[in-house]
Amino acid sequence: MAKKTPAINSSSTADIAFLLLCYFLMTTTMGSQTGLSRRLPPMPDPNQKVEDQKVNRRNIIIVKINSADRILAGSEPIDVSQLKDKIKIFLTNPTDDPNLPVMEPTEIEGLGNRKVSKGVISLQNDRGTSYQAYIAVQNELVKAVNELRDEASMREFGKKFLALDEDQQKIIKNVVPQQISEAEPKDVGKRR
Amino acid sequence: MSMFKKGEKKEMPGISSGSLSDIVFMLLFFFMVTTQMRETENKVVVKIPQASESVKLERKDLSSYINIGTPIRSLQAQYGTDARIQLNDSFKTVDDIRDFVAAERDSKSEADRSFMTICIRADQDVRMGIITDVKQELRRCSALKIMYSARKGE
Repeated sequence: MAKKTPAINSSSTADIAFLLLCYFLMTTTMGSQTGLSRRLPPMPDPNQKVEDQKVNRRNIIIVKINSADRILAGSEPIDVSQLKDKIKIFLTNPTDDPNLPVMEPTEIEGLGNRKVSKGVISLQNDRGTSYQAYIAVQNELVKAVNELRDEASMREFGKKFLALDEDQQKIIKNVVPQQISEAEPKDVGKRR
Repeated sequence: MSMFKKGEKKEMPGISSGSLSDIVFMLLFFFMVTTQMRETENKVVVKIPQASESVKLERKDLSSYINIGTPIRSLQAQYGTDARIQLNDSFKTVDDIRDFVAAERDSKSEADRSFMTICIRADQDVRMGIITDVKQELRRCSALKIMYSARKGE
């Protein structure tokens, strides 16, 4: 007959677990990195002659941010809140304005002929621009493109862009390309 | 009255604390799964700007971070209050980014190198000058996939 073992006092296991918990709370970070993804243009080859990359003037909109965080889109000063609508008009050209980008009919795989804007957004900033203003403008540009993609996917597939599968998203990305160029650094509107 | 006094004679049963540890372990596992080890100690103050369109970083293991901001208070006496670049664990200049990118690239596996993302974590009050320098240097080392860290919000 074995001896009956006395019950082990388990109240201290909670303390041990708390200790471990505190250790992990201290040494780890919540892992949710979010942000705006971008692809930088490759550095131009120094041996190559500066070829005039002639983009038709109507196909380009220049968004400038000066050192006082004021924004100039095209040729007029504008507020951040209006920027998105301006970019959307620029990228869709609803009235066939000869000053806005060409809507070129392009054969798109899986859809057929669609009009694709040739518009390019060129973003220029000053060395004195605050990062916050820069991100705000970048955000508005992305928002404009995202809304256009949503509209396009509603039209083509009857779903929001994010609800589409990978292939469909690729198709929509061809219909509404995100053409944001971060130009070579320039000093615009330097005041100091 | 006697109705309320009935239980007075009974002894309160002790609350079993055996399950307490289970609850705490559950919490522990939650944190172990959802968090990741902090790799570097922040030496600069970074208050990340807000952007409503920010998306999640796809491959966290393939990203490396460049922190830009003003040094933390305890280091301000030594390094001043001007915005500085922090790579890994120390303050660096723009010229050191080349080595940093090369080292980061070497630490990734061959197949994943082209997917490496440089995450720029900059304080919202930093001027664009320093960020433009960083961007130009990244272009020179052909680390073209970048991400501007931003909080989701609004």
